[in-house]
Amino acid sequence: MIEQQYIDLFERFRSELDAHSVEGMNRHRDAACDTFRQIGFPTSREEEYKHSNVARAFDANLGLNLRNIPIPVNPYDAFKCDVPNLSTRLFFLINDRYYDKPLANDPLPEGVFVGSLQRFSDEYPEVFNAHYGQIADYSDNGVVAYNTLFAQDGFVVYVPANVTVEKPLQLINILRGGVDLSVNRRILVIAGENAQVKLLVCDHAVDDVHFVVTQVTEVFADVSAQVDVYELEENSVKVTRLNNLFSEQKENSHVVTSGITLHNGYTRNNYRFRLLGEHARVDAGGLAICDKKQHIDNFVFLDHVVPACSSNELFKTVLDDGATGVFCGKILVEKNAQKTQAYQNNRNLLASATAQMFSKPQLEIYADDVKCSHGLTTGQLDEEALFYMRARGIDKEEAKLLLMVAFTRDVVDLVRIDTLQERLAMLIEKRFRGELMRCGNCNVCKYAD
Amino acid sequence: MLQIKNLHAIVEEKEILKGINLEVNAGEIHAVMGPNGSGKSTLASVLAGNPKFEVTRGSILFKGNDLLEMEPEERAREGIFLSFQYPVEIPGVSMVNFMRAAVNEQRKYRGEDPISASDFLKLMRDKRELLGMDSNLVSRSVNEGFSGGEKKKNEIFQMAMLSPLLSILDETDSGLDIDALRVVAHGVNKLQSKENATIVITHYQRLLEYIKPDQVHVLYAGRIIRSGGPELALELEKRGYDWLIKP
Repeated sequence: MIEQQYIDLFERFRSELDAHSVEGMNRHRDAACDTFRQIGFPTSREEEYKHSNVARAFDANLGLNLRNIPIPVNPYDAFKCDVPNLSTRLFFLINDRYYDKPLANDPLPEGVFVGSLQRFSDEYPEVFNAHYGQIADYSDNGVVAYNTLFAQDGFVVYVPANVTVEKPLQLINILRGGVDLSVNRRILVIAGENAQVKLLVCDHAVDDVHFVVTQVTEVFADVSAQVDVYELEENSVKVTRLNNLFSEQKENSHVVTSGITLHNGYTRNNYRFRLLGEHARVDAGGLAICDKKQHIDNFVFLDHVVPACSSNELFKTVLDDGATGVFCGKILVEKNAQKTQAYQNNRNLLASATAQMFSKPQLEIYADDVKCSHGLTTGQLDEEALFYMRARGIDKEEAKLLLMVAFTRDVVDLVRIDTLQERLAMLIEKRFRGELMRCGNCNVCKYAD
Repeated sequence: MLQIKNLHAIVEEKEILKGINLEVNAGEIHAVMGPNGSGKSTLASVLAGNPKFEVTRGSILFKGNDLLEMEPEERAREGIFLSFQYPVEIPGVSMVNFMRAAVNEQRKYRGEDPISASDFLKLMRDKRELLGMDSNLVSRSVNEGFSGGEKKKNEIFQMAMLSPLLSILDETDSGLDIDALRVVAHGVNKLQSKENATIVITHYQRLLEYIKPDQVHVLYAGRIIRSGGPELALELEKRGYDWLIKP
């Protein structure tokens, strides 16, 4: 079976794996392996993976850089991100390793730690152990178990109570390799009481090999904290991206997330949001633009555990050629979660006869005094609107483009960084015009401006 | 300018226009009236090139060229403007971007450079004022949240921005109160010249009090059954359509 090669690898190279990581991460591996042995990778026989056979991606000859052989690259030279001039603080992960030569940024506020997971574990062991692996539940998720098994480093944002990080943080995940690679990243975002922070994560694959990337992000929002996590994916078609975001919120906190895929190969995003304190709020957005044979699968699980919380999901997909999109929005309103307000909106645009969208709202409501709604549409561009524009002299292709860009607008509006919003709008338009091509063979990808 | 000969058109397999003949010259205003279901909107849609309608027989020449060979966007650039009976809302596409794109398409077609930002703003402002439109109406998405009357005004605003040669006003008066009607009619009249022409499609005579036609045609069951001068409209107002249908 597919899993065996990885279990063997784990057993054979266990000491090296641990040597190139830290105790805080190592101590989770045995339990993760036990679970992994039992449940393995998800296959399409499971309901939640019906349209996404994740196991298949691992049925390949993938290298794992367990000895942390450094990849000689200066990301500042080799890479130009699409969202420059954003006025953010830049950080890099090269595959799963934190790049330890940050730019001379202005200093972060007192007490804030942003950097390598390994170093955080050394310098703040109590905080680390209180958070790492605490909400990334792998009991039903073989990918998260696998990630816990092999992750050796990652990125952490720690903001203590009452501290606001004004400038957004930008993490650029660079995928580099000479061979097909399995990359396993961990991200930890810890916001103390009243803390405020915005993180933008950009995914870029630079080399022309197959990457199977698992990423596990754990977000902790304490009482009244405000945490924004935006993810922008621009990967080559050879990348399989298995993203898992777990978030737990206390009272009055506000979490905003938005996952935007402009270019990819195969992406599965799992989101699990748990609202554990009253008046907590989460806004979860997603946008994917796929064509050719690209695949996007968004699975969102929103758990209203206590009363008076609110949630809002807005996920949109634009599919062309033979692309496939999947959405499952599971909302659980537990028995005591009275006065819950939960809204889910999934809108999908099919621009070709061969594109396919599978969409499923799943609401389980056990409280009786709630406001919940879900909306789902999958369709084509409005013929009337198209004709209206053509009747004003705008040609058919341009009219389609205007409508497709208009379709994405409200997801972009959810992003709470103005300059990023503008840049996203521009990138989306470029994507529709076919000007956002990934050249798998070059180190520097500059997009036409 | 416009020559329609023996025009037959169908929609969803059903024949709506059954042999229309109409000639419109520059400087003229023609009214096309008739009871509901007679084919008035179909005629407008066919002229604008709506792909839902198929022409099965006949010809339409515009400035001597075969109109039926042209795509809708080409017809618009040649100078045809349709003021829709039910203008569609296009959320997310701003009125400003939309108008600028339309204006620039025309200019490109005529071999001109794109309009400068300042000229465009001035143009927008002038035409807005012509129709008494609020500046905020124009800064929103196309027709989004507009009332029926505002949508109709917005159609005439677009007409003013594009200065067409042939305007087709499809039931522009429906949904307008007296004041709005006057403003819209004023706008249409101001845009009228010796070089352009207008086809006013209407069910009621009321609009024709303000936009005085040179000729009035009555469309019934897909054919023009009577043409005459402006007094024909008054006659219809008094007697309805029955007397024409049952001779």
